[in-house]
Amino acid sequence: MAVKVIIPTPLRVYAGKRDSTEVSAGSVAGALAQLTAEFTELKKHLFTEQGHLRSFVNVYLNDEDIRYLAKEQTVTKDGDTVSIVPSIAGGCSGNSGQASR
Amino acid sequence: MIRVSCGKLAVYILEWGGGIEWVVEGHGAAITAELRQRISKGQTQAGLKSGTYMGRGSLVSVPVVNRGVAQRVRVGESVLARIGNTPLLHMERIARELAQARDVEICAKAEWFNPGGSVKDRAALSMIEAGLASGALRAGKTIIDATSGNTGIAYAMIGSAMGYPVKLCLPDSASPERKKMLLAYGAELVFTPGDESTDGAIRRVHEIVAGDRERYFYPDQYSNDANWMAHYRTTANEIWEQSGGRVTHFVAGLGTSGTFMGTTRRLKELNPRIRCISLQPDGPFHGLEGWKDMATAMRPAIYDDGLADENLLVSTEAAYVMVKRAAREEGLLLSPSAGAALVGSLRVAAGIPDGEKAVIVTVFADSAAKYLNERFWDEG
Repeated sequence: MAVKVIIPTPLRVYAGKRDSTEVSAGSVAGALAQLTAEFTELKKHLFTEQGHLRSFVNVYLNDEDIRYLAKEQTVTKDGDTVSIVPSIAGGCSGNSGQASR
Repeated sequence: MIRVSCGKLAVYILEWGGGIEWVVEGHGAAITAELRQRISKGQTQAGLKSGTYMGRGSLVSVPVVNRGVAQRVRVGESVLARIGNTPLLHMERIARELAQARDVEICAKAEWFNPGGSVKDRAALSMIEAGLASGALRAGKTIIDATSGNTGIAYAMIGSAMGYPVKLCLPDSASPERKKMLLAYGAELVFTPGDESTDGAIRRVHEIVAGDRERYFYPDQYSNDANWMAHYRTTANEIWEQSGGRVTHFVAGLGTSGTFMGTTRRLKELNPRIRCISLQPDGPFHGLEGWKDMATAMRPAIYDDGLADENLLVSTEAAYVMVKRAAREEGLLLSPSAGAALVGSLRVAAGIPDGEKAVIVTVFADSAAKYLNERFWDEG
């Protein structure tokens, strides 16, 4: 499945200045694993040493917070977009960065 | 509302049912004398009958210009008069272990006692007052700025109380509660992509202002000296007075850097031996609202990196742990950035050499009220 992952501005320095990348994955966890495999420096910014998503890192699948879906096991399909947004002021309400572009 | 300029003061003349009152933003008796002189020269509005002088935080005096008319003494005070003079809270339990081994005390300015709920009320009021004094803000203009939240709430509240429209650019990742609060105060909101953080919001303000310079008053909290001056004039002096001049260390996080710059400059004048320690997030990607990783973020013009005696990095995770501790051990619901300020203060306390006395003062920018939906409360 071709999934687009949006990389937040503060992390682009660790991702070759890219604002997004295409990965092939069937779940959010898979998409993030591919992202961090491609850009290894991103890993410590997104995950704890135990491999959990850091608690201020919010992930959205097409504007839906994965917290309210199946978390990292949420299934992705062709053409989906995964956005990574730092939790500032209580997180998002379903409109991630992508919505306003 | 009509504004009359009077030296450095902003004088608001408010008309109410058949009467008129003056609200003076400024301090003290000199102001009263200056304004009285001006009124006696007939330079204010014709028909002024009586007035109430509201100095910031206190009723200064009630001069009667025309004794033929009954004077109206105001009861109560403006919400704006409640900005500043926040409590200095003593950390009773969290620092106890450290305090047993060393002679250290940790205190914090509880800035959620400001009417807008955060430290940003101070900077916003100071910048708006400076704009009124210089004429950059006048009737018909809209206050515009980029803000991750608290400064926006402060502008929205003050704009509403003074009668100026407010337009704010903010990342759309801001919480729904915060957006609703801004809208409730009547502010107009322009959303920018959440993944671009406040930097994206700043760029958007520049575009809007460039399109119609006459319409907007853009305080620009990142470049406005009135931002740090607010803390130079108020926060630092409050800390000095509330600690009885015993403060030895000042610790604060860097965002616009206004709190740290202003408070540090004044405290160093009062006692050059006070050590001032700035705090930053431990990387560009973090969850500390309002804080900036100076190495990678758009650097505020008011920031002077030579002012701090030391700079410490605090992780968002450490801040979250401290927020939970403060809730259960101190009865304080802190924001993540306030938790981070406490983490930094405890680290400073741990480094105090044996036999040295220390009174460490930090700033709790806001409370947990706007952050209760964050995931960390339910994790770990």
